[in-house]
Amino acid sequence: MVPFAGYAMPVQYPAGIMAEHAQCRDKAALFDVSHMGQGTLRGEGAAAALEALTPGDVQILKPGRQKYALLTAEDGGILDDFMVANRGDHFFLVVNAACKDQDFDHIAAHLPGGVTLERWDDRALLALQGPAAEAVMTRLGAAEAAALPFMGIVETKVAGIPVLASRSGYTGEDGFEISVAADKADALAKALLADRDVAPAGLGARDSLRLEAGLCLYGNDIDRTTSPVEAGLVWTIGKRRRSEWTFLGSARIRSELEAGPKRLRVGIRPEGRAPARAHTPIVATDGTALGEVTSGGFGPTLAAPVAMGYVAVSHAADATPVELMVRGKPLPARIAPMPFVPHRYKR
Amino acid sequence: MSELRFSKDHEWVRFDGDVVTVGISDHAQTALGDVVFVELPEVGREVTAGEACAVVESVKAASDIYAPIAGRIVEVNAALTDNPGLVNAEPTGSGWFFRIEPKDPAEPGTLMDETAYAAFLETL
Repeated sequence: MVPFAGYAMPVQYPAGIMAEHAQCRDKAALFDVSHMGQGTLRGEGAAAALEALTPGDVQILKPGRQKYALLTAEDGGILDDFMVANRGDHFFLVVNAACKDQDFDHIAAHLPGGVTLERWDDRALLALQGPAAEAVMTRLGAAEAAALPFMGIVETKVAGIPVLASRSGYTGEDGFEISVAADKADALAKALLADRDVAPAGLGARDSLRLEAGLCLYGNDIDRTTSPVEAGLVWTIGKRRRSEWTFLGSARIRSELEAGPKRLRVGIRPEGRAPARAHTPIVATDGTALGEVTSGGFGPTLAAPVAMGYVAVSHAADATPVELMVRGKPLPARIAPMPFVPHRYKR
Repeated sequence: MSELRFSKDHEWVRFDGDVVTVGISDHAQTALGDVVFVELPEVGREVTAGEACAVVESVKAASDIYAPIAGRIVEVNAALTDNPGLVNAEPTGSGWFFRIEPKDPAEPGTLMDETAYAAFLETL
């Protein structure tokens, strides 16, 4: 158990990170991600109000659909990444644990009259991830959830327990994120874990899975200093939003889109077996400083080390040779496309 | 002295003839989790007791391995390069790290025996 954003979280269960990681790629793993912040936004103009704070196109989101988006700061840095779902008469939001107080305060401070933000502090969140997740949901009577496409969301019951389930996750695998009343979370977790294809997984496997999937960890790979353009998250900026420029931080983002950013988030494959961890300096083969690793470790599915980090755009092309300074010694590596392990979302 | 002796940094030592074999304890490998990479010292390097001379990387993190006694590195376990998981599978057997020719052959005997190490683990 380790402290994480004010919560006591398991790094691993007795099976260990490698086994938990493989469980998620092969069958299904259950993660307790109740530390994440949940809330609702409702009222006339809620979508437009949110669009003042994110480059994402919220108004295009149809009922029953969810999307990944960024909260941007006045200077174009990233305040957080989050999920927003259209629930018909309101929007459902999921934000990072470490950012939830400041995110909700930030959103609340920018709302016009008639739009209200409500925190769901009495809700737990479980993530069921892996190729067997759909079959598990079917066996537990959640046919409506099992029928969802990627990024669909529905209110349903799992093992008779009322939940809000979305077809999404943070592992690159098919799966579900299941919001449930906190006092029903234990019963839901037990029902899911009782299935033959499900085993629990901790923070360690969550990190190695999302790294192989090329997904950003807020605080490591994106933060207040990085822009959506530098982070390679331009796809989260709606087309309409790119003609209106009405979101917070649009000046920097617009100029970086037009002139090109100075640095970019890239995938990196070290050549040997040694992992390069966060803050490892990245240098060119002539020794010129290029940037640093923001997330790195060993990818159990690839059986090889993987990393992501920021480099000068001159060295951001796939297959560019670079060196990672691990314990003072240059380790040969190459810029590589992400995801490192292909996504297997339900399309 | 062919039995295992232990350091407070969770390395074990064992005399194999005139040289001392060094590895990490079962407690240490359990705490580290799945080992994915081991960086070994250069043969011939002189080390002092407590000097960081190898690195073990698990899925979780990188950790230093310290020389439990002073001496000269005379051999490293090349099998760990291709199969670092030996550290988890057989920490006091085929998962050994390196061999030291001790500066003082009496030094290994000053380390904790198994009973004392077990008592030490209780205090952690």
